[in-house]
Amino acid sequence: MTESKYTQSTEWPYPVNYGKENEDVADVLILGGGIAGCHAAITAAKRGAKVIVVDKGAVIRSGLGGTGVDHWHLACTNPCSKITPEEMVGLLKKFGDYFYLEFGNGITCYITCKESYDALLDCEKTGVKVRDVDDEFAGASFRDEKTKLMFAYDYENKYCIRVNGGANIKVALYNELKRLGAKIYDHVMATSLLTEGGKQGARVVGATGVNARTGEFYIFKAKSTLLSMGAPAGLWIFSTELAGATLFQEPNLTGEGTAMAWQAGAELTMLERSSAMIASGGFSYPMYGTGNAHNTWYACTIVDADGKEVPWVDRDGKILKTVSERYRPAPGQKTFVYGRMSPSYELWGPTIIPDLPERIMKGEFKLPLYADLPGMPEHERRAIWGLMVGNEGRTRIPIYDRYTKAGFDPDKDMLQANIMPPEQYGFGAWWGAYGPRQWRTGGFAAGGGLAFDWDLKTSLEGLYVAGMTTYAGGDHSVAACSGRYAARKAVKYAQTAQEPVIERKQVDKEKARVYAPVTQKDGVGWKELRAGLCRIMQDYCGEYKSEETLKTGLGWFNSIRESEAATAYARNPHELERTLECLTHITVGEIIMHASLARKASSLPLEFKRLDYPEMDPPEWNKFVTIRLENGDVKVGELPFNYWLLPPNAPKYEENYQKHCDL
Amino acid sequence: MYNKAYMVPNPMTPNQAIFISPEFCNGCNTCVDVCRSDVLVPNPEKGKPPIVMYPDECWFGGCCVAHCPVPGAIRMEHPLNQRAGWKRKETGEYFRVGMKNPPPPNTRPPVG
Repeated sequence: MTESKYTQSTEWPYPVNYGKENEDVADVLILGGGIAGCHAAITAAKRGAKVIVVDKGAVIRSGLGGTGVDHWHLACTNPCSKITPEEMVGLLKKFGDYFYLEFGNGITCYITCKESYDALLDCEKTGVKVRDVDDEFAGASFRDEKTKLMFAYDYENKYCIRVNGGANIKVALYNELKRLGAKIYDHVMATSLLTEGGKQGARVVGATGVNARTGEFYIFKAKSTLLSMGAPAGLWIFSTELAGATLFQEPNLTGEGTAMAWQAGAELTMLERSSAMIASGGFSYPMYGTGNAHNTWYACTIVDADGKEVPWVDRDGKILKTVSERYRPAPGQKTFVYGRMSPSYELWGPTIIPDLPERIMKGEFKLPLYADLPGMPEHERRAIWGLMVGNEGRTRIPIYDRYTKAGFDPDKDMLQANIMPPEQYGFGAWWGAYGPRQWRTGGFAAGGGLAFDWDLKTSLEGLYVAGMTTYAGGDHSVAACSGRYAARKAVKYAQTAQEPVIERKQVDKEKARVYAPVTQKDGVGWKELRAGLCRIMQDYCGEYKSEETLKTGLGWFNSIRESEAATAYARNPHELERTLECLTHITVGEIIMHASLARKASSLPLEFKRLDYPEMDPPEWNKFVTIRLENGDVKVGELPFNYWLLPPNAPKYEENYQKHCDL
Repeated sequence: MYNKAYMVPNPMTPNQAIFISPEFCNGCNTCVDVCRSDVLVPNPEKGKPPIVMYPDECWFGGCCVAHCPVPGAIRMEHPLNQRAGWKRKETGEYFRVGMKNPPPPNTRPPVG
């Protein structure tokens, strides 16, 4: 190991210049260069705007979708789709699925239904392989012979496209960004939004940042700003033994975007949503890296320890005798969402028998279970292991390459499912094994974030939002589409906006906050701080919450902020970044506790349990609860479900879309 | 047997994550720049392999491996508590990631 040689005495390899100021100006400032941020930047640059992209990591690979994508959802306008955007949004809004529950948002959902295929075609133009141009899957039932597009899940309705070369999609986006001349700031962590006059709730005029290599300070001035920084995550768990490979989102994702929007006075919603979700950390296996039959592995045959096949059924419980039936709707059904992720029978898809847990308990099926790739028809086997596992995020190198080198052969081998308590086999993504109930996760796909309107504009003038920073942000294609759309609106605003003016006092205050850790010597390190903050979340904002626990938790955060956190030290710019993430952690933790205090009712879809308000989803609470800061005070508000179809908006999706889309 | 020992702190994490081969690495630092989480830092000695400074922050996405210009210079390993196993359908033999004498790899490339 190299650490003993280098940790104590070797000088930091980058030139350090704490506090040195760099200034840059843009029409559109994009904070977060993941999938949403890249699509936004490309769109804005093509429309002639001067664009700056700021990313904590390296834009060439950053973001939740930076390591690949295997399927492109909601591509309803592709020439083979049998479902229109109107039909799709109708089904999803009426019956819900895991992205679009009652607490989802119809705006980015509809935008994605309208633009998803166009976004994919644009990716194709930048060099991403999308179709089966080499005819490797000629004759496969999921392939359209004319367009050579390949589809996932519902082979009848063909609205979800398998991306032939998705593993390198981020590199193509990055190259396109460079070609268009967007200015990219890699390894710069955005730390705060700057507002007109330095006032909370005023127009956003830029942002500050700090470089994780040099420690230098950045002041970005912009006519409009677009937040696309990911959802808060990793707030309940911190363990260097268990983290990393076991986390769905990056260990270093704490929610800077959400925190800085809050400080600037933006309206947030649904931050109270949390769950002991799959891959909530600690106990999961590498994504898609153990036997299962879910999403990327849909619809792989599962066998038990004796080789006995676990049956598949349709929504009515009818046993499906052939593999091809697993990719078709039930008789009389329009379409489905794979498995039973939808709460409604209307969208239930083919699934392995839902009572598998009970049957394991009774001894009918013996653990361990295996994904029987050799038992799948050749095209489907190759689609799962070569096309999907070969291209999905965090699978090409970690799973496809590593397992292949280790001798795993899809033609001969059955990948074992991880061993879990039987009741956990009821849900398909088995590699995601659940964590303890106090260990919640926020964010992924259906979590909280910034509230917004049909312009993807937040409650603050000049601030737009896309990707996971929106509340109820979706997956890869939702990020791409919301990024493109929000950028069009941000460009339009910038065209007539007044010159932004930075308030120096606000910059000075932020600099003092950012550099405090490098002046400390004897306080706590970021790891102890991070683990301690997680404990506050586990204890006071775990599965069961109440007025008293939440208020006590807020007291703890406040106390830690002025004590341990105020003395936290950073010995180099990297540690500075991690320490600042801890400060974000406190802010986001406070936001979640305020949001939890504001919803005085329990809710099943939000996985939100109040001991003092145990009734689940009383009708008067079927609404979005919003929170924001005004002069430092928390203001609670609300938005009705479907606010996007209520005045002043038009009553129809298409009408609103046409009015706002700027195409 | 080499009877010399040193006082060194424990490894900061049980997970090494990334292994760089000094034999193949040309010190180009591409992996340092593409890493999403700044796990790697450049070696103070120019042309030498980067230092895996923060393996405890690795997300195991494999970007460093994907972008390395020299085959075999860098590899990513899942921690031992994250390794998967499988069964050969015909023979019932059991294999796992990381085993001694693994079966020869299937050479068919991924799609795309």
